[in-house]
Amino acid sequence: MKSLTALVLNLTLLMISLVARAELTIEITQGMDNPTAIAVVPFAWQSAGSAPTDIAAVVDGDLNRSGQFTPVGRSDMLGLPSTQAEVYYRDWRAIEAEYLVIGRVSVAGQMRIEYELFDVLRQNKVHAGAVTGPVGEARMLAHQVSDAIYEKLTGIRGAFATRLLYVSVTRVPGANDYFRLTLADSDGARPIVLLESREPVLAPSWSPDGKQIAYVSFETNRPAIYRQDLATGQREQLTNFKGLNSSPAWSPDGKTMAMVLSKDGSPDIYLMDLASKRLTRVTRHYAIDTEPAWMPDGKALLFTSDRGGRPQIYRYNLQSGNTERVTFEGTYNARARVAQDGRNVVMVHQQNGSFHIALLDLVTNRVQVLTSTQLDESPSIAPNGSMVLYGTKYAEQGILAAVSVDGGVKFRLPAREGDVREPAWSPYMSR
Amino acid sequence: MKHLPVAGKFITVLFTAAFLVACSGSDAKKEDEAAAAAAAAAAAASASAARAAQEAATQQQSLDDAAAAVGNVFYFDFDSSNLRSDAIEALNAHIAALQGTERSVRLEGHTDERGTREYNLALGERRANTVRDYMVANGIASSRIETVSYGEERPIAYGSGESNWSQNRRVELK
Repeated sequence: MKSLTALVLNLTLLMISLVARAELTIEITQGMDNPTAIAVVPFAWQSAGSAPTDIAAVVDGDLNRSGQFTPVGRSDMLGLPSTQAEVYYRDWRAIEAEYLVIGRVSVAGQMRIEYELFDVLRQNKVHAGAVTGPVGEARMLAHQVSDAIYEKLTGIRGAFATRLLYVSVTRVPGANDYFRLTLADSDGARPIVLLESREPVLAPSWSPDGKQIAYVSFETNRPAIYRQDLATGQREQLTNFKGLNSSPAWSPDGKTMAMVLSKDGSPDIYLMDLASKRLTRVTRHYAIDTEPAWMPDGKALLFTSDRGGRPQIYRYNLQSGNTERVTFEGTYNARARVAQDGRNVVMVHQQNGSFHIALLDLVTNRVQVLTSTQLDESPSIAPNGSMVLYGTKYAEQGILAAVSVDGGVKFRLPAREGDVREPAWSPYMSR
Repeated sequence: MKHLPVAGKFITVLFTAAFLVACSGSDAKKEDEAAAAAAAAAAAASASAARAAQEAATQQQSLDDAAAAVGNVFYFDFDSSNLRSDAIEALNAHIAALQGTERSVRLEGHTDERGTREYNLALGERRANTVRDYMVANGIASSRIETVSYGEERPIAYGSGESNWSQNRRVELK
């Protein structure tokens, strides 16, 4: 291991910032029964030339995707105000908009977006704000506007200004497929390929500060865990043990990585101290122990084990060293991910032969099946706990799909080309 | 295991020939006769060794052919890592072919697409280990066997349904 601990690989050949071969599109398949009608007026451009990004369209898309809002079409708008003085509430009441968003965009070195939110029925301004940042990050700034509006109207922090990791695959029948580890905005826009390989790439995960990622790559013809810094592209191979090297999961404090190794016989959970690379073995069982997930307080891990005969979720308490079984409903419960509230758990749950995404409430132990397709897997929960992204199959193609934790809102994010799988929703990005 | 006795016999014959040469009397005629006999014996020994080596090679070739005929893919039932009877038969042919050589093999475990990816990685490893354990129990040193699991990442058949899934639940010997 000595030669590996400091092995930082040069990525000039591997890290290719390719343009979007696996760009995602969005198809909303189910919204809430009574979504709130909101009109997002095109933001006024106040600098020379023409606007580089349609900020209002990004905000519109975000609110629409939440399923809790139904945006008003631009062609239905009776006016296009960009200041409060230009707002006539009767114009918006006439087209049954409940809320109205207007804004202004200017660039002087940095891009500045000012926006205002109005309650049409009460005829008052609910909120006004501004965001500033690099012109190249215009879409991210727009997502920050969406976050603020969403929080003001729902009381829940928005998670639009976040990012996704996923694996996309181009099939090559009779030869090795192409695997691409891709980073994109939460709406699937601006995809960047971080790693391209003819060998499998899987299990992408985020550091808690959103600055690093970890994944498993078979590029040496064997599985190994790597971590990569998103700003510098610098990469480090963390493991190269005989057998499985999989399921990297960062602890909430970012200092420890839980992982699965089978170097001592059967797959078990280990903890790696990332500073010293020292390993601590957590589980010792001849059965399969895999898919560790941290509780948000960092004091316990959930994991999948078939020690009872079938895969079920177990909880390991890091302080007491005790292990207890968590799931009892159904013959297959696996790959848990825990929401920030420490109560909602999303997992893969088998029912009547099909694999669905289910929500487990750790307090009541109630299991609620959220999806109805057959091969659903790899659930990843938004940092605000509102939506779950997962991988599924649609028309024989691997696609990403999303469902709200109450099951009420659903949308699909199919790729324009190839299969997509294993979404990993980032934490809130530090601003 | 077969080439070692053959080499042994060859060396014995050579020693015998050399001994005859060394122990022959001072008579020139006898010396010539002895030399001729030794030469003949050496020629015969070398011919016999070549024949034996040829036979061994032919025998190994037929074992290799038999192993190639059964294919290098062993299939498994759903959610199982138990060796099926057809897999055991095929494996036996490979074990027979490996026993006469020092060749190393790589066992790659695979699963179908059902269930979670990481659990399937572990299941693929369990399958590869089952094949490895059977080979070790039948005389192939574990140091000659490498195992790796690809889980569901490397399907043979991309579609869904049992007709595709059954092709993907496998261990490949390489």
